[in-house]
Amino acid sequence: MACFIVPVSEAVVTTIAERIVKKHEDKTVIAEHSEKIPFSQKLKVLNGMLWGGSGLLAFEHLWHGEITPWFPFLTNASNPADLSEMLYEMATAGTAMALLVTAVWGIMMLFIEKIRKKEKSAPIADRGEV
Amino acid sequence: MTLLITIFSAVISTLIWYNSSKARKIKVGILCYSFWGASLMWIVDAVFEYAELKADFFTPSFQSMLNDTYLGLSVVALALIVWVIVILIKDPDNILKEKYQKLQKDYSVKTTSRLER
Repeated sequence: MACFIVPVSEAVVTTIAERIVKKHEDKTVIAEHSEKIPFSQKLKVLNGMLWGGSGLLAFEHLWHGEITPWFPFLTNASNPADLSEMLYEMATAGTAMALLVTAVWGIMMLFIEKIRKKEKSAPIADRGEV
Repeated sequence: MTLLITIFSAVISTLIWYNSSKARKIKVGILCYSFWGASLMWIVDAVFEYAELKADFFTPSFQSMLNDTYLGLSVVALALIVWVIVILIKDPDNILKEKYQKLQKDYSVKTTSRLER
């Protein structure tokens, strides 16, 4: 119904966060000299997944006639009975979607950091740098 | 069907992104993010639908499967269109820029030769 609104809201917040973090990183010049992946780069991946995913999900809602180009834009928002159902779906399915995407992103980032640490701690001969 | 088509698209685009540096240059990553994001969201949708429909979830009608297939293909088409637009705007290989400069140069050569005549 309108479950995509929750990931979209998260995407707006993470996009703003990415901009702020990037500004901070540019100021402190962490991005160029640190061996860690800059946090703004990590947030970029989350943003891509949230914007891309919720964009395609919004298209699905448009396909099913759940989004209209006129106010209130969501078909279910015009009727109080449907509105409560829509809010319930946003609270359950929408939140679960946002949490799953964020959890997968978090696991992915942990995995990448672990691989980088392993590469760093490996002897030079094992890294193929000789 | 929409979920399956999106998952297949996500896997294919990820394999292309992983194997080809040219693909990474033309930002196939955008497709990976979009398809994986949408797949994860539709997985949640499928779980909720399964909780509601139980076994009926696995026996959809032909009509609904056909509609879902059309939707899945349209979703892939939309993602591809967005990706192409992003490529054209960002122009990673400067192809559009070079083309524009060449056109501008050709135009100025033609105008000067016309003026000389």
